[in-house]
Amino acid sequence: MAIPISYNLRNLRLRWGATLMTALGVALTVAVASFILALLSGLHRAFQASGNPLNVLVMRKGLSDEVSSSISRGKFGAIKFLPGIAVNAQGQPLASGSLVVVVSLRRRGGDGRANVTLRGLGLQGLALRPGARLVAGHWPQAGRRQIAVGVAAARQFQKTQLGGQLHFGKGDWRVVGEFQDHGSAFESEIWAPRDEMAADFGRPDFSSVLLRAVSPAAASALVRDIESDRRLKLHALTETAYYAQQTSSGAPIAFIGGVIAFIMAIGACFAAMNTMYAAVAYRAREIATLRILGFPRPSILLSFVLESVVLTLFGGVLGIAALLPWNGLTTGTLNSTTFSEMVFQLRFTPHVLADALIFALVLGLIGGLAPAWHASRENILTALRG
Amino acid sequence: MTFSRFVLKNATRNRRRTLLTVLSVGFSLLLLTVLMSVWRSFYMDAGPPASALRLVARNRISLTFTLPAYDRQKIAAVPGVRAITPMNWFGGVYINNQPKNFFAQFGVDPRAVFHVYPDWQIASAQKQAFIHDRQGAAVNRKTAKKYGWKLGQRIVLRGTIYPVNLHLKLDAIFHSTGFSGLIYHQKYVADAVAWARDNDGAFYFRVASASDVPRVERVIGAMFHNSSHQVKVESEKAFQLSFVSMLGNVKAFILSICSAVVFAILLVTANTMAMSIRERIREIAVLKTLGFEQGTILRLFVGEAVAVALAGGILGSLLGAGLLYGIAHSPNTPMMGGSLAATPGTLVTAWAAAALIGLASGFLPAWRAARLNILQALRHVG
Repeated sequence: MAIPISYNLRNLRLRWGATLMTALGVALTVAVASFILALLSGLHRAFQASGNPLNVLVMRKGLSDEVSSSISRGKFGAIKFLPGIAVNAQGQPLASGSLVVVVSLRRRGGDGRANVTLRGLGLQGLALRPGARLVAGHWPQAGRRQIAVGVAAARQFQKTQLGGQLHFGKGDWRVVGEFQDHGSAFESEIWAPRDEMAADFGRPDFSSVLLRAVSPAAASALVRDIESDRRLKLHALTETAYYAQQTSSGAPIAFIGGVIAFIMAIGACFAAMNTMYAAVAYRAREIATLRILGFPRPSILLSFVLESVVLTLFGGVLGIAALLPWNGLTTGTLNSTTFSEMVFQLRFTPHVLADALIFALVLGLIGGLAPAWHASRENILTALRG
Repeated sequence: MTFSRFVLKNATRNRRRTLLTVLSVGFSLLLLTVLMSVWRSFYMDAGPPASALRLVARNRISLTFTLPAYDRQKIAAVPGVRAITPMNWFGGVYINNQPKNFFAQFGVDPRAVFHVYPDWQIASAQKQAFIHDRQGAAVNRKTAKKYGWKLGQRIVLRGTIYPVNLHLKLDAIFHSTGFSGLIYHQKYVADAVAWARDNDGAFYFRVASASDVPRVERVIGAMFHNSSHQVKVESEKAFQLSFVSMLGNVKAFILSICSAVVFAILLVTANTMAMSIRERIREIAVLKTLGFEQGTILRLFVGEAVAVALAGGILGSLLGAGLLYGIAHSPNTPMMGGSLAATPGTLVTAWAAAALIGLASGFLPAWRAARLNILQALRHVG
């Protein structure tokens, strides 16, 4: 026979001061935990949205990032006519070399400098990245020192609005366009005409080559062909795989955040335990009465554990509610592969919310178990005399 | 019975509650101590004296761009510059790509590097062996310990940025508080890779005195201002911090976690005091009947709150200091973590914070207790 939950709810309301203070303590812990989870979820989402499964990215053998890779124009000629590469209306293969460099720019709000990926695109570069759409201005024209800025980079860095002048390479470049790409990693980049950039930075070679395959099967065949050709000494993988491996950039956030949330959770558990012990002590006679009325020990145990869980879940909801207004907040972290800033949004997905509530529930279970056990073991006679 | 003894008796009469409160406050203070120490080490500490005199010159565009090797002579000629060495990030793979096998590797000038880092402790025989062995390597003690390396160990690094594999022999193991990683002769790479001969990733150099730092920074900045490759000069510390700031807005992150922690302690202590006073309402009435004044009763309960919070504070900050010691001495900690430690100043700040939080949280419940109506309180059924 179970004790109705309304008994616990009323008790929590009766001691509202203690309930509220404990719940707020739990709320702070859950808020920190869900903030970290939302950061990681936003970061994963940005990398998942990046890349096209039909695109094959080619770099120098032994390297896993575009920034330190280099491919000569001669090698580009050798791979752009491989079988399985799609062609455009003019019969040209959809293949394009990028020049990828990292430049250091000043963050908005004066918080120091951060690295930005600067990508020089060839003629087919935009055709290979159909997801990119302009939200303002126009695409850069070759020979006029023009650049386009991803929306995420534009939010994060100074002088990136339309008409802004950025200094890198051999002089100033003017921002003429702003683009978006379904929240992908490209939105954290700055795009410029490749050959003009190559001259500025003295880098005639490409960093990477992007090939569009005609089908997923052709894409894996291309990867196999390039990887196994020992003369080329090149490394190929699908663009989606390239970005999927970059989710490891979230590892420092996950580690540091995890440790902080864990320590705070221990503190919150002790606080919840304290409150529940007080609740049990306060209601010793009531508990004895319930036992006399025929409620068995397991019911008492369950009832108090439930009360503790309700208490911490209430705190969890408070903590999540306090953070929800920040859903979509833009922030950035180091992309450990490209060594430049990856801008992403805080995302409170249903999955994040569920995890945060489970976290609160576990806090309640751990904090409530010992006091509830104590309550169920109490001697009826002594308690009644209390 | 003295006042402080009375407070102590009261604080220890519900042992379990006091213990739980102390533990709860303690874990929060542990976090606060660690975060404060990180803040101090990053943003307040100038680092060891040798580090304050070390500057880094690199390509202004970003770290992925190199400088011409001949810039070394130009910088060395600036008055005040004592010693200079190239520091080239090799980024090689040791055994495999797993993060646990990752450590920093730099190509250096084997003679100059020890003048740039006079704070390294190294046996002179080992130093000479390293200098005269073109395939020699030297590592700091923690890195050697992490991989179980002994002198004479063969180390193979697979090149990623430079297309060459290094076959090195460990000639020297040195002790350093700030540096963690391996150094090798840059000449080894330069002989194998043509473009490495004329380009260096960064130059580390030491100036004679602290008063030289701003002048040398200015002179070098101006010297390369109109060249094809502008140079950025900053202190070793600022250079290391630029990596920390890449992780995100670290300052805002630390500050918000700290305020969350402080607020959490406030709630926990206030809650404990409210519970403890509720149990003792009749007692308070008796004390008042006996002639204890409002001010005394107020002090009695505020004192109890401060005592409990302070106990938690001391426990937590000592645990935090222990944790920091563990982090600083772990071989897996990245370079900047090596200087982490809880200073006496940080500990005292943590205790003061705990005492203040106890004071603030105890005040309201204690004030209400002091103002109790005696008759009602005596009738109270607790």
